[in-house]
Amino acid sequence: MKNRIGKIALNGLIFDNPTFMLVLGTCPTLAMTSKALDAFGMGVSVIFVLTLSNIIISALRKIIPNTVRIPAYIVIIATLVTILKLFLNKMIPDLYSSMGTFLPLIVVNCIILGRAEAFASKNKVVDSMLDGIFTGAGFMFALVIMGIIREFLGAGSIFGLQIMSFKISFFSMPMGAFIVYGLCIALFVYIIDCVQRSRRIKKARLLHADVLEGKE
Amino acid sequence: MFSMIISVVISAGLANNFVFSQTYGICPFLGVSKQTSSAVGMGVAVTVVMVIATMITYPIYMLLVKLDIRFLEILVFIFVIAALVQMLEKIIKKFSPTLYNAMGIYLPLITTNCAVLAVCEITSNALVSGTWERAVIAGVEMNFGFSVIYALAGGLGFMLAMVIMSGMREKINHLNLPKALQGFPITMVTAAFIAMAFYVFVPLGG
Repeated sequence: MKNRIGKIALNGLIFDNPTFMLVLGTCPTLAMTSKALDAFGMGVSVIFVLTLSNIIISALRKIIPNTVRIPAYIVIIATLVTILKLFLNKMIPDLYSSMGTFLPLIVVNCIILGRAEAFASKNKVVDSMLDGIFTGAGFMFALVIMGIIREFLGAGSIFGLQIMSFKISFFSMPMGAFIVYGLCIALFVYIIDCVQRSRRIKKARLLHADVLEGKE
Repeated sequence: MFSMIISVVISAGLANNFVFSQTYGICPFLGVSKQTSSAVGMGVAVTVVMVIATMITYPIYMLLVKLDIRFLEILVFIFVIAALVQMLEKIIKKFSPTLYNAMGIYLPLITTNCAVLAVCEITSNALVSGTWERAVIAGVEMNFGFSVIYALAGGLGFMLAMVIMSGMREKINHLNLPKALQGFPITMVTAAFIAMAFYVFVPLGG
């Protein structure tokens, strides 16, 4: 049980990280990371929608006919986004206005439909919920990292806290988003590659030592 | 009148290009821009769907405003787009198999293209909280005609972005790059430089 949760968590956060490894849901990633706080808000919104949609779709997986499953998923997701939109409009109007068009665009975020299709439609409710939480957390983690980098370089602040007196406004603009995103993916892939290679070498060494001991 | 049309076209297609300055529709932009021929096919398909979707959703949104049930807009828009894409696929398959072979495979992907939903949201100004007013784009108050022009110009701008990117990618594929930079990362960095080039249009269309 614990092993399975660990596997889902590790997949969602690192090995199948939706933003850096699978490169899904790129539009909000590029548009919402000019401020770290906006990135955090977007991440939490996606976690909310993804977790609930995973739970509902997984609970209904035996009822929804296979031929009309995509429209059914879209209706469920659109309903959740409408709820989120009404909530943000009333309770957090600042986030609502800074998210702008990207709030309704959560409906067509490939991560949510992708997880519904690849995971929630085949697995139990609890697993789907965990998958939703951790995949959403992986998305939020990536967004917040990019938000911190871009806000630091583009506005000289982190989470709205001014710490630098000069700014390079290039990084607040869409082209800065493209370049930071590209380099972040490259760095993430490089680090994971290094970790996996060192793990493989360690394993090979252990195996080698075992073989030598066996011979002696 | 003519100058208003020109300013809407420049604003939608170049100054506020969907891909490079508003970052809508990045998934197909990255996924289908490996070859110029497929980029053109996807661009045409997106433009057609965008124009027809705007033609349908704009009057529906007016109806929602009249009935005072504006909060239903997300459900209505996504349903119209999904149904429209399915219908277009069937119609094209029936009447023109050659056209279907050229752009049919891109049609199902368009449902999850955020640019189409974004056009519907922008032209109908669905996100304004409080009392609803018509959207104002590049100093022009939107009505049905201008919304369709906006959608057409935006779609063509999307196609332009796809075609430029596909041309660049055909060259990039031959470069000898470090393993971590191959694929998406180098495409993103290239897109950043094209976006910088597109920044010259911003003073034109505000």
